[in-house]
Amino acid sequence: MPIQILYLLLASLLPMQLPAESEVIGFEALVNQLHVNSYKEKEAIIKQIATLKDSRKVTILQTMQDGDLYYRQSDKKIVYRKKTGDQYRITDVLSKQDLGLVDSGTIKKIKVNNKLRRILRSVVARLSLEDDDVDVRLTAVNNIVKNINDSGAELLRESMPAEQDEDVRAAMKTGIALMDVLSDEPSVRHEAVDVLAQSVYPAAKSRLEDILEKDEAGNYIETDVQLLKKARSGIENIDSKLEVYSFLETAFFGLSLGSVLLLIAVGLAITFGVMGVINMAHGELMMIGAYTTYVVQLMMPNHIDYSLFVAIPLAFVVAGLFGVAIERSVIRFLYGRPLETLLATFGISLILQQMVRSIFSPLNRSVATPEWMSGSFEVNAALSLTYNRFYVIIFSLLVFFFLLALLKKTSLGLQVRAVSQNRPMAKAMGVRSEWVDALTFGLGSGIAGVAGVALSQLTNVGPNLGQTYIIDSFMVVVFGGVGNLWGTFVSAMSLGVFNKFLEPSTGAVLAKILVLVLIILFIQKRPRGMFPQKGRAVEN
Amino acid sequence: MLGRLLFNKLLHDDKGGDRMLTVLLAVMVLVPVLNLLVPESSVFHLSTYTVTLLGKYLTFALLAIALDLVWGYCGILSLGHGAFFALGGYAMGMYLMRQIGDRGVYGNAELPDFMVFLNWSELPWYWSGFDMFWFAMAMVVIVPGLLAYVFGWLAFRSRVTGVYLSIITQALTYALMLAFFRNEMGFGGNNGLTDFKDILGFDLQSDVTRIVLFTVSGLALLGAYLLSRYIVNSKFGRVVVAIRDAEDRTRFIGYNVEQYKLWIFVLSAVLAGIAGALYVPQVGIINPGEFSPLNSIELAIWVAIGGRGTLYGAVIGAILVNYAKTYFTGALPEVWLFALGGLFVVVTLFLPRGLVGLFDKRRKRSAEVQT
Amino acid sequence: MKHNVLKKFALFASAATLTMGMQATLAADTIKVGVLHSLSGTMAISETTLKDTMLMLVEEQNKKGGVLGKKLEAVVVDPASNWPLFAEKARELIQKEKVAVTFGCWTSVSRKSALPVFEELNGLLFYPVQYEGEESSKNVFYTGAAPNQQAIPAVDYLMNEIGVKRWVLAGTDYVYPRTTNKILEAYLKAKGVKSKDIMINYTPFGHADWQSIVADIKKFGSKGKKTAVVSTINGDANVPFYKELGNQGVSAEDIPVVAFSVGEEELSGIDTKPLVGHLAAWNYFMSVENEDNTAFIKAWKKFIKNDKRVTNDPMEAHVIGFNMWVKAVEKAGTTDTDAVEAAMIGISVPNLTGGIATMMPNHHLTKPVLIGEIQEDGQFDTVWQTKGTVVGDAWSDYLPGSKDVVSDWRKPLACGNYNVKTKKCSGQNYK
Repeated sequence: MPIQILYLLLASLLPMQLPAESEVIGFEALVNQLHVNSYKEKEAIIKQIATLKDSRKVTILQTMQDGDLYYRQSDKKIVYRKKTGDQYRITDVLSKQDLGLVDSGTIKKIKVNNKLRRILRSVVARLSLEDDDVDVRLTAVNNIVKNINDSGAELLRESMPAEQDEDVRAAMKTGIALMDVLSDEPSVRHEAVDVLAQSVYPAAKSRLEDILEKDEAGNYIETDVQLLKKARSGIENIDSKLEVYSFLETAFFGLSLGSVLLLIAVGLAITFGVMGVINMAHGELMMIGAYTTYVVQLMMPNHIDYSLFVAIPLAFVVAGLFGVAIERSVIRFLYGRPLETLLATFGISLILQQMVRSIFSPLNRSVATPEWMSGSFEVNAALSLTYNRFYVIIFSLLVFFFLLALLKKTSLGLQVRAVSQNRPMAKAMGVRSEWVDALTFGLGSGIAGVAGVALSQLTNVGPNLGQTYIIDSFMVVVFGGVGNLWGTFVSAMSLGVFNKFLEPSTGAVLAKILVLVLIILFIQKRPRGMFPQKGRAVEN
Repeated sequence: MLGRLLFNKLLHDDKGGDRMLTVLLAVMVLVPVLNLLVPESSVFHLSTYTVTLLGKYLTFALLAIALDLVWGYCGILSLGHGAFFALGGYAMGMYLMRQIGDRGVYGNAELPDFMVFLNWSELPWYWSGFDMFWFAMAMVVIVPGLLAYVFGWLAFRSRVTGVYLSIITQALTYALMLAFFRNEMGFGGNNGLTDFKDILGFDLQSDVTRIVLFTVSGLALLGAYLLSRYIVNSKFGRVVVAIRDAEDRTRFIGYNVEQYKLWIFVLSAVLAGIAGALYVPQVGIINPGEFSPLNSIELAIWVAIGGRGTLYGAVIGAILVNYAKTYFTGALPEVWLFALGGLFVVVTLFLPRGLVGLFDKRRKRSAEVQT
Repeated sequence: MKHNVLKKFALFASAATLTMGMQATLAADTIKVGVLHSLSGTMAISETTLKDTMLMLVEEQNKKGGVLGKKLEAVVVDPASNWPLFAEKARELIQKEKVAVTFGCWTSVSRKSALPVFEELNGLLFYPVQYEGEESSKNVFYTGAAPNQQAIPAVDYLMNEIGVKRWVLAGTDYVYPRTTNKILEAYLKAKGVKSKDIMINYTPFGHADWQSIVADIKKFGSKGKKTAVVSTINGDANVPFYKELGNQGVSAEDIPVVAFSVGEEELSGIDTKPLVGHLAAWNYFMSVENEDNTAFIKAWKKFIKNDKRVTNDPMEAHVIGFNMWVKAVEKAGTTDTDAVEAAMIGISVPNLTGGIATMMPNHHLTKPVLIGEIQEDGQFDTVWQTKGTVVGDAWSDYLPGSKDVVSDWRKPLACGNYNVKTKKCSGQNYK
């Protein structure tokens, strides 16, 4: 490490110097060596590359860190690859020359392990401090702050004057203060503590806590009383900020759990709530939706990013068709006997489970997450919101309001409500109740399928997917009040948030048990849920 | 036949039950003879494997009677009866666990093995007393009964009925399953209780003990059947059936509907607990999987397949489905779930009164068996 | 016609009783090998593969002429992931089918359920999965790893090679993680790690919502000291766990997760992107380059007729166990349980990673320990391995209850749990 840093410092001190001819040759020779097997050798090569001035190195090292660097097996040329159809288009990393289409067997990945990735990351971070993109610079600074050391702080100190962006400057300041706090100069230390007291970086708080450390006799090791005082109030300040953020974070977690519950329950709210059918196969319809996503991704392996947009309508149609088939073949003979629909649909759920086991094997299937759904949105160092959860919240709201609008604003919705409220009367008015039943059940099932697409992004896609969620979904509907979509909405969100605020103090299992007990007790108090349907009771 | 000869009064209008009990008595005589007296080399020898299997079926049949009592006669579809069964099983399991004494792998006379390696220093208070057989047997009855009483008192008083009741009973057994999975509970977590050695000083692995357990299960089934038959024939039973058919009307006539429902529910839970207690020594393990909601739903299916509201139908359903399960999971594991699932659908669609109703044309009732 | 159903039922019942009774199988010219793995239910995901492995091994052995001049016959039953059913099916295998040996079980609870049956009927069970230890039965051979053959070397690696100072022990709430974490906690404390640097967390089976826990891990890991997660999280809960880690920006370079239950088979069913760089500790990796392994992989793919199928650690354990059993039977000249049991101890066969597996007197194996980094293709890249093999320890030295207990099934001791302090043998051979 030290030698590399020395070179780096030199390099950054002389930014305008053009690379010498020999250096270019050296650089290319080094890059061409990257295919070696030994991680030790690769490490040495990277460290050498880092010292050389060459505009191509950031991209190469970055690609290597991401695990996307390859070499051609025939001549060991280092290449980038891009998937094109079933083949890959490869480009020489040095000359940027197009080397044509090849099969996957002809190129081999340049393997990286954790240690290499760590080294690459710090090298790339140091090189990215002068990038034009603010986000790249911020990530670079954050990466340096994460493993701050003297040389890192030095680097930050140098780049700071040129930095214009406030956020990046704040991060740099924190990084520098993290090292300054360890210096011998009292005034520097005081200043650093002041900076850290304002920062929500996790490292800042632990540095301040270090100051307050006591020896074995229980006395402070630090002798500067003023500094101790400052550190203490700094920690208080940070804690009060963190408290707010952690509250926000828990609320977000709760809403996201709530939105998952909403998704899995809203289809049931239709079949159970509106039609009075206890559909134990609801979970399996979600499973069908998830498997649809899997099949869609199999069919369009090159467009994973868009696969979900195809999967959502398709899952709706596939699960909906299954729903209509179930309704026509079984459920229509059982209207008015909700407990028997429970038994029959439980039978159907077993058949569907075994069906996917026979078709897709009992193993879980791999569903890829599109690029735009991975990662998180960093509000600041203490709070970040994951994209996939964020999208699931939005998606569940969309589905919910779509359903609401469908039931409230369309003629189909009117007919559905008419049939559910008074079947003979609706029939007398000319509503084709059979047709409405089939469509309603199909709609509820289709929504279950759509929920399955969302679940495929959060959990395993396998034959047991449905069973995991079926009880939860019934609890949500019953808690909210059967036959009331808004009830389902409020119930899902409140159960999600309640669960998440309980979890830190009770642990995950106990939180779930408490929620169940709460629901059981609540049903005693309000036997028809939070928002009971007025008038006609479901089972009479 | 034989059943009516012995219990004429109770069975005079119950031909199905009569025949079922006759078969049961015959099996209870035949099995010990074939297992203990016929030498192993003979083709007529019944292996101990078959004896425990049959014993298990009998406890399931007892459990099915318990559910039929509340579902078939009172219209309460409990999807949490597995919980009462499992609680009875755990009470028995705790007794058997204490009987191991210092024969566990660590030789610790005080603590069961799973507590030793999870560093428990002393026996939790709720384990005390379980080294005494009478206490454990009392708990087999009291724990499920008490839970059913509290749960039923809350639920029936606030008139939670039908679907809602089914779903919260399911929540109950689900919550208990999660709780028993927790190792902190002190019931062995996922592994549950196992490695039992003996019961009342008799070696659990000896053939004679197994035959005795089998016979006791048979007697319990017999007793439970006669008791249930007695109850449904009594005035109490007729009120219960009236509640099933028209709850409001019964209430308006002046009956305290909640009390009737509560007591039939408690009785049913106690029977389920006894079934669980007999099940555990025969299969040798009790774990939280027994609380699984799926088990309880499957139980409802046994009763539905056999035929609700007949008692003997429940027995036939339980034994048939479980025999089929044993057979198919051995012979055609892939087909099993298709067959079981298909059976559920066919029975609910075409045989609302189950297999028994298929043939029993005499018992025509104007009122459909209500759900 | 009225009571036909009941008559038929009566007839059926007696017929069933009789057919079940007639099971006196005549001495056949085959040796029966029982396979006790779930083919349906939740565990089918993992166990079906092991059933197929056994069928392949039996087929191959028969091609070589069988054992003792007799052909082998695999008897497959399905305990359906139902724990009491394991005991029932074990009894069926031994008593009804009269198998010479049984290969089976995956979860601890299934083994615990079947164990009394094997001890009562004096059967033989080969158990192929890594487990929590704290057991040594005369009738069971443990071909998977004990905690000291997986967990402890993994922690050593993290501590010495990566410099980890803070530890998260995360597991599913059942006996294997509980015991393993107890052992690791004691081990770490013995190595001078303070309590405040250890975080222990348990979640239920199939836990899907990891947001809060991952956020906690992130906070725990941001104290400036190198942090690692030792995961005993079970199968299904892993995918959402790793996804959440990836999404919350916890990378393998910052907080590596070393898992004991994530193998090639599990990886083949998930999107590996968020897992890349995280670690797993096993005694076998499919990626190990070695002649025996290559041949095995080839044979497996051919047998299963699928070029994409992977091999994993429990499969290797069955291969070793089966080869050992064959060798022991040939050494003993009989399939009699006691004779084979005695012959087993000391038997050595090559494992698939280029070493030798030897059956120790405590019925555990010698195994190499490999740490691998997960690659995007679902394979492991070995980053570290023990020099030579490690002897499986049935009774952990780091648990107060078992540190004085040893196991040695050779005569004259012949005891699975002998307390060296009290000089007493308890458990199975209790008199």
